[in-house]
Amino acid sequence: MSDTTHTGPVLAADGTPLKRSLARALRMQKIRALMLIAPLLLFVLLTFILPIADMLFRSVENKIVSDTLPETVVAVQDWDADSGVTPPAPVFEALAYDLVVAAERKEHTRVGSRLNYENPGISSLFRKAGRRADDIGKVYIKQFEKLDPAWKEPATFVSIFADPAWVSSRSDDAEPLFEVSETAAAALPKASTAYTRWARTIQQEDNDSPTKEDPWAPVYLALHNDLAANPQAPSAFGGDAQAALQAVSTAIAAGEVETTTAYDAFVKIDEDWADPEVWRTLKTYSGAYTNGYFLNAADFQKGADGAELRPESERIYGTLFLRTLLMSLAITVSCIVLGYPVAWILANLPSRTANLLMILVLLPFWTSLLVRTSAWKVMLQQQGVINDTLVWLGLVADDARLVMINNQFGTIVAMTHILLPFMILPMYSVMQTINPSYLRAAKSLGATNWTAFWRVYFPQSVPGIGAGSILVFILAIGYYITPELVGGTKGVFISNRIAFHISQSLNWGLAAALGSILLVVVLALYWAYDKIVGIDNVKLG
Amino acid sequence: MADASNTNAFVEFERVQKSYDGENLVVKDLNLTMPKGEFLTMLGPSGSGKTTCLMMLAGFETATHGDIRLDGVSINNIPPHKRGIGMVFQNYALFPHMTIAENLSFPLEVRNMGKSEREQKVKRALDMVEMGAFGGRRPAQLSGGQQQRVALARALVFEPELVLMDEPLGALDKQLREKMQFEITRLAHDLGITTVYVTHDQTEALTMSDRVAVFDDGRIQQLAPPDQLYEEPANSFVAQFIGENNTLEGTVKEINNGIALVQLDDGELIDCKPINVSKPGERTRVSIRPERVEYNKERMQEGAHTLKAEVLEFIYMGDIFRTRLRVAGNDEFIIKTRNAPDQTRLTPGQQIEIGWLPEDCRALDA
Ligand SMILES: Nc1ncnc2c1ncn2[C@@H]1O[C@H](COP(=O)(O)OP(=O)(O)O)[C@@H](O)[C@H]1O
Ligand SMILES: [Mg+2]
Repeated sequence: MSDTTHTGPVLAADGTPLKRSLARALRMQKIRALMLIAPLLLFVLLTFILPIADMLFRSVENKIVSDTLPETVVAVQDWDADSGVTPPAPVFEALAYDLVVAAERKEHTRVGSRLNYENPGISSLFRKAGRRADDIGKVYIKQFEKLDPAWKEPATFVSIFADPAWVSSRSDDAEPLFEVSETAAAALPKASTAYTRWARTIQQEDNDSPTKEDPWAPVYLALHNDLAANPQAPSAFGGDAQAALQAVSTAIAAGEVETTTAYDAFVKIDEDWADPEVWRTLKTYSGAYTNGYFLNAADFQKGADGAELRPESERIYGTLFLRTLLMSLAITVSCIVLGYPVAWILANLPSRTANLLMILVLLPFWTSLLVRTSAWKVMLQQQGVINDTLVWLGLVADDARLVMINNQFGTIVAMTHILLPFMILPMYSVMQTINPSYLRAAKSLGATNWTAFWRVYFPQSVPGIGAGSILVFILAIGYYITPELVGGTKGVFISNRIAFHISQSLNWGLAAALGSILLVVVLALYWAYDKIVGIDNVKLG
Repeated sequence: MADASNTNAFVEFERVQKSYDGENLVVKDLNLTMPKGEFLTMLGPSGSGKTTCLMMLAGFETATHGDIRLDGVSINNIPPHKRGIGMVFQNYALFPHMTIAENLSFPLEVRNMGKSEREQKVKRALDMVEMGAFGGRRPAQLSGGQQQRVALARALVFEPELVLMDEPLGALDKQLREKMQFEITRLAHDLGITTVYVTHDQTEALTMSDRVAVFDDGRIQQLAPPDQLYEEPANSFVAQFIGENNTLEGTVKEINNGIALVQLDDGELIDCKPINVSKPGERTRVSIRPERVEYNKERMQEGAHTLKAEVLEFIYMGDIFRTRLRVAGNDEFIIKTRNAPDQTRLTPGQQIEIGWLPEDCRALDA
């Protein structure tokens, strides 16, 4: 406690404030220290922090829907999912425009699988629809060409839709990205958008030019719908373009054009497209970010009235989290029970013997994890060493061999063995620092051996138990390989499920959500541990 | 408190031997009898077996041979926690996870004492060592001296009849040590406790004890009150170990009427008091305390034996002068003189004559 009674800052010998002078002196030192840790910092940042951030991000990221189906996502917002009816025609049209682009870019299956996580079956709807999306509006192609042969020419479309500046700037060798003209955008809004997306897609995907290709069928559908909605549209144009448009417009007005709708087309592809639930899923997961993965990871689903618990038979993750926690706890407790006496003996032996025994404790570290786990398989299986011995001793009937593997028991046994050194080492190093004179003092004060141990030795060894427990528990909670090998179905951990979603179901969002929950649970436990035991009470030596 | 019928034997070691490894005897044939209320100090160089003796008494080591009796009862088979012996450890061994009050309360709790009685006793014990205000602190929050007091209070709080202390002041600085020496003796006397105190510091042993047992090589070399120990060392080890001592080597010429004539190695003949020399021809070490040597002719006493000496070094130490001389071929001969107004100061190179009384000059074993 220093009382500073003077007013101004303390000055160094050269008159600069002492603080500044000190900071300057320390700066070089700090920079050097920083340079020394920089490689590790960079390494950790690249291999640890960034992946974790990416994982956290993936668990809420849902851009794929809005990126792949931009028009549909906008159109479907006006539809009331609880109305019980299918969305209006513009939504289906928007989906047709989106899907044909997505199919060309081969993205329709991906968005299909994304939505399939939430509503199984959607994936096949998207696959089928994507395959046949460029048929939607096909009826108009022939009819348009009959009404005016100019429709056969790509140039007609270019003269209608293209921005004159784009036309003049392009050449066959170098073509900038297609630009739509303002006239077309005002007079034929849907067709302009559809044409632009087509033009840009073929430019980017196929290196084709809109000046040489006929657009795909949905553009005709859009054009028809625009002209039907606004018969005056052709007057905005001039020349051949106006004539071609006018021919179609007149025919539509006269009712001479055979029509089709996107709705019909989709229902023809698969009648499930008329199911409002499909559209509810699409609308629910249309945002760029979603809590869907997290709900899923917590056994919730999005129902009509927001989030609701899944039916009992479909809940898996809650049980799995609980089991992971309980089994990790069981493993930690058995490590304490088995490790404490060993650490005690090690700490109380002369150091030469202790070092020798320490090698035995560390021996498991020198054997491959896989070998150790497999050894447990040999030990514990029904035809394994332990069962054989028990049968031979007559303790167990031959037809009633114990099931000790591919269940929780097997996992606990194998993992206790594997994690035991992590418990013994910190306990040992803490016990080593406990002076034997404390026990003597306690006994000289009248305490029995047990009281002396329990009231004097044990409390001082608690920091070691604490450090070992936190190590073992946190290692156990994220363990993967051993539960995978000896856990069967009943003894697997949450990490096995995460691995499954990463490598088999490829639902990375869900895997990320599960991982994030695991991370939060561990941090929460750590926090609780700090509150209860106090992290200062944890000593590694 | 049990009444000891024979007050002369509260603690008894009888022919006690101890070996840790089965090859070397750390304690060889220890015999010791302590009356109740005595303050006895075991003094000896490091490794001489003092702690081992204490540990055998406390019950943490078992004697390899012999009998240890407490109040007439052999305690070889009584476990430590039933011996009721208070103990103060060199490192204090205060339980770090308990507060001071809890530390003191511990021996009372294990004796199933009621809460209010416990609190009362703890308070009294803390007040006794002037630590009443520190009951709520942890040992780590106390200074070394304060921890020492608490350790003392803890060893006394359950009112043991016997208290053992193993170099309890070893970790304290000089001033604090002197203060604590005084307090420990005062407490021990006030409470009438029998105390076995271990130290390697001779000043501590001399100032505190009723009797001092000088240990060396697993044996008690001399067991005597402090003044006797200093003035009448029984052998040359004790003479060397206790206080400062001048040694001159020689051979016994003859022993007559309690006076031994010793011929020093440079040929000088001097009269000595024979302590453990018995016959002419024996080698001997003659021991003279530095403060018993006089060089001022006027002060030299009647019958003093004189020798020639050359001053090698003069050291001014404030209250005394310490002068190193060459006497009979020995360059390490020290004399101490009080800094009195009429005292002359010697200068190196000066040739002088020194003298002492024959009874201050003891012929010990070689
Ligand atoms: N636990 C032990 N095991 C083996 N030898 C010991 C043990 N304790 C002490 N010794 C040996 O016994 C001798 C006497 O030790 P100790 O009684 O501690 O001496 P002091 O307390 O006088 O310094 C020493 O040589 C020491 O090395
Ligand atoms: Mg000792």
